Amino acid sequence: MGATFAFAESRDGNLRKVAFEAVTAARQAADASGGGEVHALIVGAPGIAARAAELGKYGADAVAVAEDAGLERYSPEVFAATSAERLRTGAYRAGFFAASAQGRDLAPRVAARLGVSLASDVTDFEIQGDAVLARHPAYTGKVIVTLRLVGAPALLSLRPGAVAAVEQPRVARVEAVAPAIAPGAARVVVTEVSQRSAAKLDLGEASVIVSGGRGLRAPENFKLVEDLAAAFGNAAVGATRAVTDDGWRPATDQIGQTGRVVSPNLYVALGISGAVQHLAGMRTAKTIVAINRDKDAPIFKVADYGIVGDLFEILPRLTEEIKKARASQ
Amino acid sequence: MLKIAVCLKRVPEMELRFSIAADRKSLDQGGLKYEISDFDGYALEVGLRLVEKEGAGEVVVLCVGPDGVQETIRKALAIGAARAVHLKADEVPFDGLAIAKALAAELKDGGYDLILFGRMATDTASGTVGPMTAELLDLPCVTALSHLEIANGRGTARRDLEGATETVEFPLPAVLTIDEGIARPRLASLKGIMAAKKKPLEVKPAQLGQVSLTVEAMAMPPERAGGRIIGEGSDAVPELVRLLRTEAKVL
Ligand SMILES: Cc1cc2nc3c(=O)[nH]c(=O)nc-3n(C[C@H](O)[C@H](O)[C@H](O)COP(=O)(O)OP(=O)(O)OC[C@H]3O[C@@H](n4cnc5c(N)ncnc54)[C@H](O)[C@@H]3O)c2cc1C
Repeated sequence: MGATFAFAESRDGNLRKVAFEAVTAARQAADASGGGEVHALIVGAPGIAARAAELGKYGADAVAVAEDAGLERYSPEVFAATSAERLRTGAYRAGFFAASAQGRDLAPRVAARLGVSLASDVTDFEIQGDAVLARHPAYTGKVIVTLRLVGAPALLSLRPGAVAAVEQPRVARVEAVAPAIAPGAARVVVTEVSQRSAAKLDLGEASVIVSGGRGLRAPENFKLVEDLAAAFGNAAVGATRAVTDDGWRPATDQIGQTGRVVSPNLYVALGISGAVQHLAGMRTAKTIVAINRDKDAPIFKVADYGIVGDLFEILPRLTEEIKKARASQ
Repeated sequence: MLKIAVCLKRVPEMELRFSIAADRKSLDQGGLKYEISDFDGYALEVGLRLVEKEGAGEVVVLCVGPDGVQETIRKALAIGAARAVHLKADEVPFDGLAIAKALAAELKDGGYDLILFGRMATDTASGTVGPMTAELLDLPCVTALSHLEIANGRGTARRDLEGATETVEFPLPAVLTIDEGIARPRLASLKGIMAAKKKPLEVKPAQLGQVSLTVEAMAMPPERAGGRIIGEGSDAVPELVRLLRTEAKVL
């Protein structure tokens, strides 16, 4: 029997989708090692404990909550020390984090504190005896590496969206714990935060991403991309580096090797050529749609559905038809 | 005086075609060409600029790997680093913790004000070595910086988190990992290339310790069933919407 651990990421008083994915993975790992318990950890500002029960829905047996007024924002040192302390309390088989911006910072710190190895940005894993096998796209997504992690706990960070959250409801015990170090003692201090509008859906959370490339021709034409995203209801807007470099969209919208790596259910590429560096960020999407006027554009090689043509002609109609299709459901 | 270490990785050029070797767990070495990992190039540039601005100090390059990495190290020296340490290992493990241990052992008593890394190596795409090294050395650490200023023994940095940009402050010494775009990396000058040949390059064994994350297999990604063009122009839209609903089931 092996208990497993999941770090449940939160933001602005709510659990993020990646938190449910981490708990789902921890549940799968525990079941595959003979059915141990899943223990989750939430770290945040006072009030976050009210969210703990939600993790039970995805298979957590116990949720430890470290609340402190100084933890409204991510504090690497406090989060890492508290995660490491929780992982030391039990004989955990495996521990799961999100490979989100926060998790990519947090998980390696926790691993080093515990002196164990970490498989990063994992898209799929299995328990094999004493080892954990983890798949990870490397070399800008051109090679899939299967990693063998030995020792316990085996730590993994999961690519957002790669492991779908699955409900396996149970009633989770909730326990308040103290942060392992006082937030005031952290050496790295956040002095300013410029928040983007809260209404905007994050690329890592979105099940549909509509992205635009240089084919949009001008920043104001991204209105067409935003309209299509709005028609899907639950879509975020992404961009290529050609677009973010020119300042048409913020750098944080960039998808690819040097930007965000995403795995949505649906990725719609509009006026994007499909350079390898862009593909590195989206090729694990479940379904890819491409619209490009060049029938030889490399994006069509990875697209499940391609339309060759002028996006300025196609987009308005597509937005209308998507709206209609969703209204008729 | 600023003493800055820049930890570099030698990686294959990513634009090339890769194929898997017969052991099914490594890349076919034939035809591979190597370069400084993208983000590490930015880290080097940041280090050089900081020392230039300070007017005193040096940038020391550290690199773990087989003898072949000395070519990469010479490139960094040609670009402007003052000296280098080659931590020799027959191969570079995938295990970030093992690499971090080897680097931490060398950096521990080095008296560095800043230890810089790229946000991640482009080959393993893991981004673990920087923050792990920081933890092993018990130093403050900021990852994925897009902006950096150093003054009076303190640093101010900006990093993009999903949906927000944070400004953080930290004391030196510190470990930082650098995102791209922070500063355009300079190229080596002819003078730099000549000078690099005479710059000190110390070789020591890499103390990697136990490796507990290994490559079990490598494979090309499954070919996407892509390549399906369903039509031309807006007349193809109804068919696309039908497929999204009935086949992909995303509506
Ligand atoms: C080290 C490095 C890292 C990089 N990292 C990234 C990264 O993280 N993300 C990233 O995206 N890129 C990255 N790049 C850049 C990448 O190589 C490409 O240059 C970039 O992705 C191209 O963006 P694009 O597709 O928008 O533009 P283009 O390549 O110019 O493609 C525009 C496309 O729009 C089509 N088009 C034009 N007009 C229309 C129309 N009216 N209707 C329909 N289609 C039209 C064209 O046929 C063309 O295919 C990186 C490059 C390097 C060297």
